[in-house]
Amino acid sequence: MSNTIITNRRSFLGTSGTLSAMAVAILAGKESLAQGMGGDMSKDVSILNVALGLEHEAINAYQLGAGSGLLQKGVLDIAVLFQSHHKGHRDALIATIQKMGGTPVAEKSLNDYAKALKADTLKNQGDVLDLAARLELGATNAYLGVIPAFGSKDLAKVAARLAADETMHFAILTHALGRPLPTGALSFGA
Amino acid sequence: MSASGVPRLRGLALGWALAVVLGSSPALAQTASAERGKSLYESRCVACHSVDANRVGPLHRGVLGRRAGTAPGFAYSDALRGSTLVWSRETLQAWLKDPEALIPGQQMGYQVEMLQDRLDLVAFLATL
Repeated sequence: MSNTIITNRRSFLGTSGTLSAMAVAILAGKESLAQGMGGDMSKDVSILNVALGLEHEAINAYQLGAGSGLLQKGVLDIAVLFQSHHKGHRDALIATIQKMGGTPVAEKSLNDYAKALKADTLKNQGDVLDLAARLELGATNAYLGVIPAFGSKDLAKVAARLAADETMHFAILTHALGRPLPTGALSFGA
Repeated sequence: MSASGVPRLRGLALGWALAVVLGSSPALAQTASAERGKSLYESRCVACHSVDANRVGPLHRGVLGRRAGTAPGFAYSDALRGSTLVWSRETLQAWLKDPEALIPGQQMGYQVEMLQDRLDLVAFLATL
């Protein structure tokens, strides 16, 4: 389960200001910038929680792949690295949601993710990589797609940074699968 | 051609070029393709949704004709649970265009900007 950061929400909210910007400050690793902001945070929290749900699922998808015994050593190393990126996303999102006074969406059990992702159908390394590539592409487009939903340009930038990580994952997985990269420009987020 | 018509034509040409670049060519027919919709679903929706499993978002099997907020086993927002809206082709189009405008307080931040994409996605969803 994810690390959680216990905060005194009331004291924080008492001095908080523009919440989208606050979220950005924390996600960008500049927590000190989160001071002195305020506003209605419920929509931002909602969007961030959807993102957190994606990250929980991605972490567990890679866990299923890593534990499947289907991955060769080099591929396994990459899967574990990508999983660590998603854990980084998760931790940043949880910290931000909590600082904003929200409740981070809980991670489900590995079994739940296995059922939802039909892990029992994974029979070889290609199947695992295909699942990972599908999820990474979906996440890329999801993060790009929610950009207009943010009122804050700073939060939009955070979504773009998350999308960049997912795009990197997708490109490498696509290469590992021996599939051609997109031939056309502007293929993501459209 | 009048001199004043030249800038207008240039503007139209620029608009056309931008439309092509951004994938909204006016040449696109406004008919729906479930096949293209399936492809769009695979690239844009599967981060959160599956046809037969509740994930970050609810499953989509049987969505057409279903009341909003009633996919079995999915933990909906209060806004969706309290909605009396029924998913038709029209309401699905409106949802994909701007979920928050259709059901304020919902949780999906994703919007499908292009009409043709919405038509194709709904055509695919209608097959489920």
